[in-house]
Amino acid sequence: MTSEPHVALSEPVSDEVRKTTCYMCACRCGIDVHLKDGKVRYIEGNRDHPVNRGVLCAKGSAGIMQHYAPARLRAPLLRTGPRGSGEFKEISWDEALELATGWLDGVRQADPKKLAFFTGRDQSQSLTGFWAQQFGTPNYAAHGGFCSVNMAAAGIMTIGGAFWEFGAPDWDRTKLFVMFGVAEDHDSNPLKIGISKLKKRGARFVSVNPVRTGYSAVADNWIGIRPGTDGLLILAVIHELLKARKIDVDYIVRYSNATWLVVDAPGSAEHGLFVRDAEGKPQIFESVTEQVVALGSKGARAALSGRVELPDGRFAVPSFQLLAEKYLDPQYAPEAVAQETGVSVETIRGLAAEIARVAFDEAISIDQPWTDMNGERHEAFIGRPVSFHAMRGLSAHSNGFQTARALHMLQVLIGAVDCPGAFRFEPPYPKPIEAHPTPHGKAEHFGSNKPLSGPHLGFPRGPEDLLIDADGKPMRIDKAFSWDAPISAHGLMHMVIANAYAGDPYPIDLMFLYMANMAWNSSMNTAGVIKMLEDKNPATGEYRIPKIIYSDAYSSEMVAYADLVLPDTTYLERHDCISLLDRPISEPDAVQDAIRWPVVEPDRDVRGFQSVLIDLGARLKLPGFVDSRGKALYEDYADYIVRHERRPGIGPLAGFRGSNGDRAGRGAINRNQLDRYIENGSFFSAHIPLEAQFFKHANKAYQDFAVRMGFFDEPKPVIFQLYQESLQKFRLSAEGLREPVAPETHRERILATFDPLPMWYRPFEEAAVSREEYPYHAITQRPAAMYHSWGSMNAWLRQIHTRNPLYVPGPICDEIGLVDGDWVWVISHHGRIKVEVARMEAVNSSTIWTWNAIGKREGAWALDKDAPEAKKGFLMNHLIHELLPPKGDGMRWSNSDPVTGQAAWYDLRVRIEKAEPAEVSEPHLAAVAQPGGGRPQVEELRYGQEWAK
Amino acid sequence: MHPAFSIIVFTTLSGLGYGLAAVLGLGLLDASTLSVKLAHIGALAMIAAGLLSSTLHLGNPQRAWRALSQWRSSWLSREGVMAIATFVPLTVTAWFSIVEGRYLSVAGLAGTVMCGVTVYCTAMIYGSLRSIQAWNTGLTPLCYLLFAAAGGFLLASVAGYSSGSGGPVCAAIAILFVVGAWISKQQWWTRLRTLAPLSTPESATGLGHIGHVRLFERPHVNENYLTREMGFKVARKHALKLSRLAILSGGLAPVLLLLVAILAGGAAAVPAAVLAVFCYALGLVVERWLFFAEARHAVMNYYGG
Amino acid sequence: MTSLPSLPTPKKLGLVIDLDVCVGCHACVISCKEWNTGGYGAALSDQDPYGADVSGTFLNRIHTFEVVPEGGQVIGEAGEARIVHFPKSCLHCEDAPCVTVCPTGASYKRAEDGIVLVDESKCIGCGLCAWSCAYGAREMDLAAGVMKKCTLCVDRIYNETLKEVDRVPSCVRTCPANARHYGDLADPTSDVSLMVAERGGYDLMPEQGTRPTNKYLPPRPRKPLAASAGSAVLAENTDGAKGFFAWLDGMLDRI
Repeated sequence: MTSEPHVALSEPVSDEVRKTTCYMCACRCGIDVHLKDGKVRYIEGNRDHPVNRGVLCAKGSAGIMQHYAPARLRAPLLRTGPRGSGEFKEISWDEALELATGWLDGVRQADPKKLAFFTGRDQSQSLTGFWAQQFGTPNYAAHGGFCSVNMAAAGIMTIGGAFWEFGAPDWDRTKLFVMFGVAEDHDSNPLKIGISKLKKRGARFVSVNPVRTGYSAVADNWIGIRPGTDGLLILAVIHELLKARKIDVDYIVRYSNATWLVVDAPGSAEHGLFVRDAEGKPQIFESVTEQVVALGSKGARAALSGRVELPDGRFAVPSFQLLAEKYLDPQYAPEAVAQETGVSVETIRGLAAEIARVAFDEAISIDQPWTDMNGERHEAFIGRPVSFHAMRGLSAHSNGFQTARALHMLQVLIGAVDCPGAFRFEPPYPKPIEAHPTPHGKAEHFGSNKPLSGPHLGFPRGPEDLLIDADGKPMRIDKAFSWDAPISAHGLMHMVIANAYAGDPYPIDLMFLYMANMAWNSSMNTAGVIKMLEDKNPATGEYRIPKIIYSDAYSSEMVAYADLVLPDTTYLERHDCISLLDRPISEPDAVQDAIRWPVVEPDRDVRGFQSVLIDLGARLKLPGFVDSRGKALYEDYADYIVRHERRPGIGPLAGFRGSNGDRAGRGAINRNQLDRYIENGSFFSAHIPLEAQFFKHANKAYQDFAVRMGFFDEPKPVIFQLYQESLQKFRLSAEGLREPVAPETHRERILATFDPLPMWYRPFEEAAVSREEYPYHAITQRPAAMYHSWGSMNAWLRQIHTRNPLYVPGPICDEIGLVDGDWVWVISHHGRIKVEVARMEAVNSSTIWTWNAIGKREGAWALDKDAPEAKKGFLMNHLIHELLPPKGDGMRWSNSDPVTGQAAWYDLRVRIEKAEPAEVSEPHLAAVAQPGGGRPQVEELRYGQEWAK
Repeated sequence: MHPAFSIIVFTTLSGLGYGLAAVLGLGLLDASTLSVKLAHIGALAMIAAGLLSSTLHLGNPQRAWRALSQWRSSWLSREGVMAIATFVPLTVTAWFSIVEGRYLSVAGLAGTVMCGVTVYCTAMIYGSLRSIQAWNTGLTPLCYLLFAAAGGFLLASVAGYSSGSGGPVCAAIAILFVVGAWISKQQWWTRLRTLAPLSTPESATGLGHIGHVRLFERPHVNENYLTREMGFKVARKHALKLSRLAILSGGLAPVLLLLVAILAGGAAAVPAAVLAVFCYALGLVVERWLFFAEARHAVMNYYGG
Repeated sequence: MTSLPSLPTPKKLGLVIDLDVCVGCHACVISCKEWNTGGYGAALSDQDPYGADVSGTFLNRIHTFEVVPEGGQVIGEAGEARIVHFPKSCLHCEDAPCVTVCPTGASYKRAEDGIVLVDESKCIGCGLCAWSCAYGAREMDLAAGVMKKCTLCVDRIYNETLKEVDRVPSCVRTCPANARHYGDLADPTSDVSLMVAERGGYDLMPEQGTRPTNKYLPPRPRKPLAASAGSAVLAENTDGAKGFFAWLDGMLDRI
């Protein structure tokens, strides 16, 4: 027997570890980047980081291949060929910035609304929004409108917070977790960590999703619901809970508007609004003295039911009476909804029973005295350990806002918001609607060469806050905050190109986009959008959208449609801040933010978009970017992160403030702030005292903490708005009872969908097209190993999803005679695609689906022309129109939620027909050229071979 | 299993080569004749070509010498050792025939035995693999040995007829071995086609207690080393057709042609025997192709194959 | 060196994979790739990385199966199909055929801890070990022409330059769902052994006679929601809205 070979067991991994924040998806995990010989050797999760606690997903680990991808842009590009050809020449940054400044300045002088500035999936909205406001265009938003604004808006309006970035399940204590429509991201690692904890503890995990992949695969119970009917399922559960009297009466009396009196005076301008006193305080009915008193009156025992005569002779009822009467109605009984939802009566009832049992029979308690906002002291935190999470599956429908409202109502009714074991807020949330701005963009808000008078985005309290002109016409290019989508809190990025193309409400001169693949997977009706971008005005010979500036790090499909391309860095080469002013990464127990910093230097002529934006701001001499003498205020984004103050003592980063770096939240500028972050692993975390950790919406200790941290300047408790008065105001306008009166064309729609109590209606497309002609739903799911379209240029990730089949339920396969590898036409009211199929059993029987954004345009992303992503991969987007089918009156509504304008991606209805076998999916768009010239052919990768031992 | 050209060539050529060398070692033919001398050279050439072909399919052929070290456990190593060792008696026998024109029985018989052992080792490389159930049977080495012997006697009959002595004897024995080889191969096929799979997707995943297991998504969409190497599939209908072709070409045709040679004798014998060898070799190539193509590797339980 | 260790190895280091929580995210697949492509032995190459036939060497891959009950155990909502994500890498078998078939001695099983390794300087790339492995644990690297396989991150687990807590295989450290566990399966008191005993951990393809070290934990039994439908929690109250409000008043009195 010879001896075993010697193996080097203790080789150092790398020369140096630099800790920064991942950006392979929006999850924002901490990463340890190991560097060897100046190259990235290895990326792993940062064990100390509160978001991912050391773990890292496939995308994060594949960062190396993202960083070194041949699809990376090399230098600024100026278009030389026609739009869509991909023909560009590389130019210098000086030229590029001069050009951009000229274009932007012209618009700003003449008519700032002619600039549409929209950012995609970036995480610097507090900067981009600030910039747009200083520029003065009303046309700014990020991508929330085509992502998950229904979830965010409904959550904020109902409970003062929402899922993911504003709150999370109490993973360590929850005993029943119900997840609706969450694909494998949003957010990624925290959900996996959490689900694993639940399973270990033996807690029950219920997943409601038409497709049983990803998280649904490990759920204890999978409810394969029919898409777009989640709201009905939730209301049926509420029906059962009310019927069985399994609601937390004490909780709703204390923390919600259940007791607030609602005027019952049909035909009057106040009908359905809250009874308020002269100071605007909501009124309740004190049932001992039988008097109407202001909310918060000491010792009052508020009624939850009963019809009360007001001093002025009108009548009013507590809002809860309206709620209970509505949902006790047999139309919400499980028997009545089983067929529509595709969920059996027993399963609905079983779900309700489990929610009730766990919430009330398995309540938990944390022995920690606390004081509520009324000064009342409680001996413990009582927890109802039922928690929920939901994302796009629930919200990307035209009934998504009301559905998300229903889910939040369910949580409040069982007393499961921000208590132990339930959904918990993450600072700076909860935040009442009063703490959010109203939108700005009315005619009086902007003008030539001046800033917009306030933030673009916010929450209209009623029709009076809409951004419309005297004729009721939209002021914004995306028609946000108009009668079309009154509470479009995140804007409607998906409508910008179509509206600008149509000149409706007006044409624009310049479109400035960042990180949004609008010429591909981020647009509905992709081929149509491409035509709009390519179309010229025959009168002028100019493009209908005359100028487009686009910033991206990679040669995505959108690059080919830009006139000027500003190449961004990768996430390993840049400064960034994940700010409490933006999309926070706090935990329920801690206030947190984070940074990115250049852990490697760019090896090419690219610049971080945020630094470029700051540079442009200075060149344009925008207020906030130059001092009184017109000199640039900030050197770059890093400088801005440290020195910008939104309010005195409040800047982009909350940690290490004050001249010594010992202040959190509020504090003077600390010039060493970024170094302190880097020393600390690129994040900052401040623990919330135990006494302040629960019932934050009404917890005095938390509210004081929030003021100390600078979230607010005074306490801002939240009262949960089960009954949503602002929606009723829109209904009154639609009834012609309230100013401004809704235009005739919008009235029916508003009356049908703006119920102040959560409701369910059939998604618009399903209601508009024939159910026989288009019998199936078609949806997409996010694969865990890809983030939107950013993965196909990654040599490791693209091997996992090189192409996407259409998954078809077994019974449909049997009916049409399909086997794996057959081809079908998928046909919607708008278009048809020809794709390859694969069979699946674990899916709702009327739902076909595929993985999202795997299909790529030939020539994009520096892939070979015969790449499977372009040959067999496909987008469902070609089937979806940004407008609904025309109705009798010729009006075409946007394919969006009527309240928030969220793109209704998942409303799609289709039929399928067997097709001839093929090699290429259809439509197959003409190839684009590699922008800036070809790349050397890479026949083989042996990454790390130089370190092989 | 992927029917790699290099491996098919290797097993076919070396089988024929060792078969011929083994028969030559028996001393049935006149060692002094030119055709027997050429037969010795031919046998050695076929063996060498086979070995070379198998070496070239290695990822790092320059290290091939290392393959001689693990004869205690590895059939591949044993085969390598035996192949080289067998060269000694075969070269000696060939030397005596070519240079001295005579038959040396010690070396000849030693060579015959060692050729048999070498072929057995080759067969056991495949026959010992439990992961490939089709091969994992005693019938595999039996077939290999019989096919080698049949091929050897077929070639020997050509040499015999050419030299004018020993032809009919060799031809007669060849007929016996050809018939025997195909009977055992038929057994092998019957076993393969009636076999209950040792491993299934259910046993591969351990999920059989839940239900029927079916691959939903591959780990990576495109082919990988494993699926390229082991994922080859041939349709049952196609395989049956090919096996009939193999029997016709490698069994029936040579037997008939040898009978012609035996019965007709004279000038017709040599071409008949040569034709028989060609038919046999073609049948053998088809048989070897099917040997790989029809064998299902257990790993395919993870790949839906 | 191709012979297996003559005595049972004192330690049997290996993985325990929990199919109840694996969500199929491929984190372990990529983490394995990036660790090992610059570590033990030759890089893990990728051919045609941006082209039609992209394909690379991976030491750990996740398969996805659909399981349809057919008279089997009823799971979840009665009778439904389910998806099971199935990570697979070398099982470090006790009777590893890949070791004994190796003609050069490049393949070996460490006597100390049972890890099966390839000494790449001896590997001729014949591929026979890959043939002998029923599990598909070995893949020939086409660029290097040598056989690659899971090393159990032997260059991590004993690596004194790493913090103690990080001396685990890369896949285990990165797994977001905590579906992968590493430890000594020869020690009946180790966490992994206890887990296997408690959850009924099992071998893959025991009929192959390879005695794998790695174990798989089956999905936990699941109870349908419908089973709770008749529970007393939802005792019927038939007295309608009127009765409901009367009950509410009663509740308010008690607050």
